Amino acid sequence: MTVGKDVSALFPDVVNCMQTDNLELKKLVYLYLMNYAKNQPDMAIMAVNTFVKDCEDPNPLIRALAVRTMGCIRVDKITEYLCEPLRKCLKDEDPYVRKTAAVCVAKLHDINAQLVEDQGFLDTLKDLISDSNPMVVANAVAALSEIAESHPNSQLLDLNSQTINKLMTALNECTEWGQIFILDSLANYVPKDDREAQSICERVTPRLSHANSGVVLSAVKVLMKFVELLPKDVEYHTTLLKKLAPPLVTLLSAEPELQYVALRNINLIVQKRPEILKHEIKVFFVKYNDPIYVKLEKLDIMIRLASQANITQVLAELKEYATEVDVDFVRKAVRAIGRCAIKVEQSAERCVSTLLDLIQTKVNYVVQEAVVVIKDIFRKYPNKYESIIATLCENLDSLDEPEARAAMIWIVGEYAERIDNADELLESFLEGFHDESTQVQLQLLTAIVKLFLKKPTETQELVQQVLSLATQDSDNPDLRDRGYIYWRLLSTDPVAAKEVVLAEKPLISEETDLLEPTLLEELICHISSLASVYHKPPSAFVEGSRGVATRRLLPARSQSESIESPDLGSQTSHSLSQQPQVIPSQSDLLGDLLNLDLGPPVTVPPGPSTMQTGAYDLLGGGLDSLMGEEGEVLGGDIGGTSAMSGGLGGPAVMPSSLGPPAGGGLGDLYELAGGIGMPTGTYVPPKSVWLPAVKAKGLDIQGTFARRQSQICLELLLSNKALQAMADFAIQFNKNSFGLVPASPLQVHAPLMPNQSIEFSIPLNTLGPVMKMDPLNNLQVAIKNNIDVFYFSCLVPINILFVEDGKMDRQVFLATWKDIPNENELQFQIKECSLNADAVSNRLQNNNIFTIAKRNVEGQDMLYQSLKLTNGIWVLAELRIQPGNANYTLSLKCRAPEVSQFVHQAYDSILKS
Amino acid sequence: MIHSLFLLDAAGDVFLEKHWKSPLSRSLCDYYLEAKSSAFSQSGRDAAGKGDQGTTTGGGADTQAVGAAQRLVPPVLATPHHFLVSAERGRVALVAAVREEVSPLFVIEFLHRVADTFQDYFGEVSDTVLKDQVVLVYELLEEMLDNGFPLATESNILHELIRPPTVLRSVVNAVTGSTNVGETLPSGQLSNVPWRRAGVRYSNNEAYFDVIEEIEAIIDTTGSAVAAEIQGVIDACVKLSGMPDLTLSFLNPRLLDDVSFHPCVRYKRWDAERVLSFVPPDGTFRLLSYHVGSQNLVAIPISVRHSLTWGTPGGAQGKLELGLAPRHTLGKVLEAVSMTMPMPQQVSTASLTPSQGTASLDPVSKVLTWEVGKINPQKPPSLRGSISLSPGSLPPDGNPTLSLAFRVPQLAISGLKVTRLDLYGEKYKPFKGVKYVSKAGRFHVRI
Repeated sequence: MTVGKDVSALFPDVVNCMQTDNLELKKLVYLYLMNYAKNQPDMAIMAVNTFVKDCEDPNPLIRALAVRTMGCIRVDKITEYLCEPLRKCLKDEDPYVRKTAAVCVAKLHDINAQLVEDQGFLDTLKDLISDSNPMVVANAVAALSEIAESHPNSQLLDLNSQTINKLMTALNECTEWGQIFILDSLANYVPKDDREAQSICERVTPRLSHANSGVVLSAVKVLMKFVELLPKDVEYHTTLLKKLAPPLVTLLSAEPELQYVALRNINLIVQKRPEILKHEIKVFFVKYNDPIYVKLEKLDIMIRLASQANITQVLAELKEYATEVDVDFVRKAVRAIGRCAIKVEQSAERCVSTLLDLIQTKVNYVVQEAVVVIKDIFRKYPNKYESIIATLCENLDSLDEPEARAAMIWIVGEYAERIDNADELLESFLEGFHDESTQVQLQLLTAIVKLFLKKPTETQELVQQVLSLATQDSDNPDLRDRGYIYWRLLSTDPVAAKEVVLAEKPLISEETDLLEPTLLEELICHISSLASVYHKPPSAFVEGSRGVATRRLLPARSQSESIESPDLGSQTSHSLSQQPQVIPSQSDLLGDLLNLDLGPPVTVPPGPSTMQTGAYDLLGGGLDSLMGEEGEVLGGDIGGTSAMSGGLGGPAVMPSSLGPPAGGGLGDLYELAGGIGMPTGTYVPPKSVWLPAVKAKGLDIQGTFARRQSQICLELLLSNKALQAMADFAIQFNKNSFGLVPASPLQVHAPLMPNQSIEFSIPLNTLGPVMKMDPLNNLQVAIKNNIDVFYFSCLVPINILFVEDGKMDRQVFLATWKDIPNENELQFQIKECSLNADAVSNRLQNNNIFTIAKRNVEGQDMLYQSLKLTNGIWVLAELRIQPGNANYTLSLKCRAPEVSQFVHQAYDSILKS
Repeated sequence: MIHSLFLLDAAGDVFLEKHWKSPLSRSLCDYYLEAKSSAFSQSGRDAAGKGDQGTTTGGGADTQAVGAAQRLVPPVLATPHHFLVSAERGRVALVAAVREEVSPLFVIEFLHRVADTFQDYFGEVSDTVLKDQVVLVYELLEEMLDNGFPLATESNILHELIRPPTVLRSVVNAVTGSTNVGETLPSGQLSNVPWRRAGVRYSNNEAYFDVIEEIEAIIDTTGSAVAAEIQGVIDACVKLSGMPDLTLSFLNPRLLDDVSFHPCVRYKRWDAERVLSFVPPDGTFRLLSYHVGSQNLVAIPISVRHSLTWGTPGGAQGKLELGLAPRHTLGKVLEAVSMTMPMPQQVSTASLTPSQGTASLDPVSKVLTWEVGKINPQKPPSLRGSISLSPGSLPPDGNPTLSLAFRVPQLAISGLKVTRLDLYGEKYKPFKGVKYVSKAGRFHVRI
């Protein structure tokens, strides 16, 4: 039986032995029954009597054994007899029997779910969660969780504060396996507030020191999930994160199998909270006899943890790995060096020189891999490392893999003007054009066109050759289409061609292989499970769940003191509740197009135009042979965007002129705001770049502040310089000196397509929490989109905070001026200003700085002015203007002298605007 | 939870299977075998590819391929309807089939626990022994898992349920007709200390603790440590009567900031007072394992001098010189020192003379081993000689990595020290002893 032989023929004889008193024999008979009862259901009935009798036995061991075995016999007739004994055993006085019976309910549910419900076993099982014995509790939780997976009502394991308390008590006392069950079900609980979350975390933390790695990882899961709920400024938050590091490191000293699972999970944790392990990079250094799957995983984590602080060590290690034996590992190590260069800007130089060293080794696959990553480095830091091109060209002949060849061709095309013999190099590739893979062919086509545009005189022949190869001799539609596009472009308008082909390329983002944030959040909730090993949500691969899609999501903290405040929180959870998607669905796109109603299509056009493309293609194919010179008829092929998006040249041919503001409605809003703003003549500083695309994964943020009709506005210009569309924008301010907060959420209805910008203005109010910043007018802003959250800080021009009722009564002014101590008076110079006193006064009035009195003393004009800030601080000013002198003197008096210098700046910029 | 368990021998045949739910076909294991053979052939191919090109190190590719092949299969495999979670012990592979979303660590830990139990009962884990004891194995598995949920995995409890086989007992059983199966419910199973059985009696009461530290390190060419960490464990052998309650205190508990405890240790006391307070299981067990990592400085007890030139293939001979010297050992002796160094495939012969011990180059695997033995600090051992490359091959372009093994008795390299052991709850005075030893774990030197 155990070795795979069929011994079912002995069934009657074996059953006869069942009534023995010998426990060992009884156990063996039970084992036999479990295996063969299904084949002989009628005979199995004979055994029922003995089972029922055994369930009444005075020895709890035998009672438990009987109920356990009966549950394993998957015969309907027997299960009917099982109900009564099971009911009795669930209430047995001996906890050993109770815990066995709890598991038996799960078995029965697997065989006949309806029966379990009809008999009310589920309720009994729920009662067992409050049992006095921790082992019984653990088994009841395990049974309920298993039933819940296949049960339509997934709220079966209904946890509340009381049951949680029971579970926490049982957690300390039950076996390690029971702890895993309890921790796993705890992870599904949503605490009602941060106090409860913290108390659970405190009670789970000791589990991190357990010897069983399963317990440790399940505890990590609970903590990773609940830490989201804790306020960030509480000390406990940091303590907790600190405590997570040691157990994760310890997991790596276990057997390789455990290490692998641990590493896959650490990979997730590092993506979510890199700060936890940032000091522990050394434990991920690869030992030469690690199994390959451990090595690759360690390498991946090393790159994720690489930072300016540890880059020297990491590079030294990677260089070491690049001389190892295992080809796959060496390739990945070389690639990792490239990723370091892109991730840690300061290290780029060293990375490049390391790669050059590796190229010198002339090991074939190392060189190829290095060329591929160097291409990425060129794209990240254009015009910085061209000096190494010569070295690359030396190794041209050894490249035989398509990816490496394509990369090399791209480099030659991109820097054609600096490579003297670029035409020869490309020509040498052209000889075997038809044997190359599509990737290389496309790249070669683009590179030669680039070359032609850069050195038109000597390469005319070459370009014609490649265009005819691509269009006439190839049957690959992508290649042909791209060929026609270029042909058409070059023939009609070379200047336009130059703009299109040699357009500035968007920067590649730092981390291309990060998991999508929504998926990451879901996976964090599945730490320690299979999902975390595969980095896929369980719904994607577990078939047992029978359509019960219960997606577990990270709880969003909903309190306003942290930067991740209500708006962001609700937005996150809102976007989480939809299917994760980067590309907007077709209907959205259509809607966008309708809204826009003019302007060119931005991305792949929907249905109809795709059909058109096909039609043109057919046409083009037919005309191929007739076409003597560059065929004008084929213009329609420009619609064939499929060719545009393929390969490296893809982004390059996406013309930048295709990117007017997408959301028409938002444009209107801006105009509206602009229209109202102008007449009042308030000073609005020009937009400055707050966050360059390089630092925000392709999102470029420019902005300024304005005050329009007593309303403070934040004016933003967001541009997408990345390759993917951006959506789900939200904005949040940190606490600041003046309590500025957005009065309405950031409304970007349409996703922001690559190379597009949108401009809008957000009304602000000053009702938010106040915290003194340094400098005083510093404002920290977080902008979120579907890719990440970005933080930056900007300076608020203080004049937007000057309120309309800032005009002080003359008497009050005098009294206040005297009242403020003299040490609070600060003098400033405003240089090179050519306005006369009246103009100054007018202009300042427009900005809510009110002139109270004007005097002429000894030929000088003295203006006495007052203004009031949104937070009620008065500032009194005395402005001295000497005719014929462009330098004015400004004396400011204020009870809060720290604002004075900013008021001076405001004066300065208003008067010079 | 765990659906079925298959035990496979080295040839890939299933020699034992157990199902906790409906039986599964053993053909499921083919997925595992397929993954294993493809992983094996891939590593073989890489090694061969290297040889063909002849451009790279080869750095003992063959030995590595063989050594790594045992662990080449990723521990979690997906098949169309099930997931196979596997662990290997000796030459036996334990493959568990699961259907739902479970925690793979839980399954792997359990598989290792099963193997530990076999080890405990039969002395070794091999297909022959397990086949011999098939009834016992079956009974054990039945006790350890129910419906895929682990039941009893503590060896104390299992021992009471199913007695381990001894020659004497099998004779007695044969004569009297009694069995190996315990008739009563194990006493400890449901108590607050499930790891300890009641009514233990010894005439000699003794408690011994072994502090064992393994140094894992990567040393770079210049002799400085790239990474160094200490994996420590405290193994205990406690034979005390009754229900003793022990307290173990350390001189420098600050070192232990990353620890995993046996369930018997009271975590609250540790957290508050930094002492280990526990009711010990009976017999031998691992009380605690700890990790002293990158935050602390680790003293490396040995230094390696080396110089290596390859010479030219078929022509001039290369030279190898190695020297070992103890350092930071606080006067303790380095014992059982040995060194292995996988040489590149191009190396044909080596004539090496050690000042102490024996050195040899395996002609097939090209692994150089040097058994040094004890190091006398006055006379540090060295190894020097020439190596020649086989004619017609290219010179290797990378240097091999050398791994060292050694032992330092009576020294815990981290400096951990037990100060006292107190016994509460019982009246007798036990014998107490603490032993320290430091060993090399995976200790690699890049040269």
